[in-house]
Amino acid sequence: MAKENSMGNIHEKSPWQDITEGGFVYGPGNSVYFNTGDWRVRTPKWDPEKCRQCLLCFPVCPDSSIPVLESKRQDFDFGHCKGCAICAQVCPFGAITMGDAGEGADE
Amino acid sequence: MSKKDRMSGNQAIALAIRQIDPDVIAAFPITPSTEIPQYVSAFKADGLISTEFITVESEHSAMSACIGASAAGVRAMTATSSAGMALMYEMLYVASSDRLPIVMAAVNRALTGPININADHSDSMGANNSGWIQIYSEDAQEAYDNMLMAHRIAEHEKVMLPVMICQDGFITSHGIENIEVEEDSLVKNFVGEYHPKKHLLNPKEIIGVGPYSISAYYYEMKMGQFHAMENARKVILDVSADFEKTFGRKYGFFEEYRMEDAEFAVLVMSSSAGTGKDAVDALREKGVKAGLVKLRVYRPFPAAELAEAFKGVKALAIMDKCDGLSGNGGPLGAEVRAALYGKTDGIKTINYVFGLGGRDIHVKDFFGIYDDLEALVKGESRPDCKHIGVREKR
Repeated sequence: MAKENSMGNIHEKSPWQDITEGGFVYGPGNSVYFNTGDWRVRTPKWDPEKCRQCLLCFPVCPDSSIPVLESKRQDFDFGHCKGCAICAQVCPFGAITMGDAGEGADE
Repeated sequence: MSKKDRMSGNQAIALAIRQIDPDVIAAFPITPSTEIPQYVSAFKADGLISTEFITVESEHSAMSACIGASAAGVRAMTATSSAGMALMYEMLYVASSDRLPIVMAAVNRALTGPININADHSDSMGANNSGWIQIYSEDAQEAYDNMLMAHRIAEHEKVMLPVMICQDGFITSHGIENIEVEEDSLVKNFVGEYHPKKHLLNPKEIIGVGPYSISAYYYEMKMGQFHAMENARKVILDVSADFEKTFGRKYGFFEEYRMEDAEFAVLVMSSSAGTGKDAVDALREKGVKAGLVKLRVYRPFPAAELAEAFKGVKALAIMDKCDGLSGNGGPLGAEVRAALYGKTDGIKTINYVFGLGGRDIHVKDFFGIYDDLEALVKGESRPDCKHIGVREKR
């Protein structure tokens, strides 16, 4: 997955010589390596029973925190969700509810 | 064959740009560098260059456009002065931390305020810790020559840092001199082509430039810049040596003028060095062992080499065409004293601030400086830092 020289090979213990020149990032899709979800405003809760898999929630997520596998959404990626609640707003079936910041599934 | 031609410093820079034919120039007019993009736009209109000339609405945008172009993988250049450079300030740091070999023609002008259009070094001295290589030119010839060397230094794989080529506003930028210019084809060969290893427009390798660096990475990024600046020392000397081999004019970190047995020395930058050399010649006629060093490369700072050059000297005047208002002399004074500390502690030094906002310095002013140095060696007292050429009540 992580190509040579991509962010996947650079981490917080890397010596300066291993950091790419100018901090260039090689290869797309590296945000997945950087977890931003250690805090969030509120925590969304997904109810698979109510969910009809219409997939309206997934494209509106600003942090790509709704993984889709074989055309079906999975539970939230809490490594990146900031709790903005846009997904809960667009869901026509009430399948997403917003709890407190620390509530619900966590990373 | 090189040929003699008469031109100003701005024309010399513009000629170099025409010969280099960079891919992108993004610039905003500001006195006294305005003529440079003006000449470039004329070259463009006349079909003499293939450069993409981007007219921007500010210098912040000029440097931003250069950063974008350079990250895309092409040669990008700009020209500016004074408040224009100040408006670039944020982006100067982005250019160097992104390790983009952008080249700037800097025409030194006093930094506002009070608003003033004439030469001093407060603009580029304000950017002296921005991670840019800084090379200063005494006259139009040096401005031309330094510009021909700039890209090879900036683009060297062990450097990859932006370079600014500085000359004094009006004195050099608008004064007409006879200079030696080189043939287009020889310049093209000397400068060479730019093929970056990594760039944004490579469809085979997707990259991101300028990422956010949290505290776990910022320091390591700065360390990369530190080593690139260290590497630049040898590259500057190597490129200068190749320049001498190709075109016959010799350059180093600095020029030593009648320093062989000098007891009293002056260190000065840019156009004022010419006036100082006249004073040295006159003093030598009288038997005074006077010498002068003209600093060419200010970033990276050649501390060890300067300490070595001043080893045999009894007293040294360090001349700043900029008062940093630091309360500790000008920037050059502070750095040279730090360079001498522990290596040549016997040398007495005075740091002079001079020539602010285009105030002229004359040969007789240099006589006064050498008089001060002689008095200092005789045991008389002189201030650590002195302002000369300013009107004041006694």
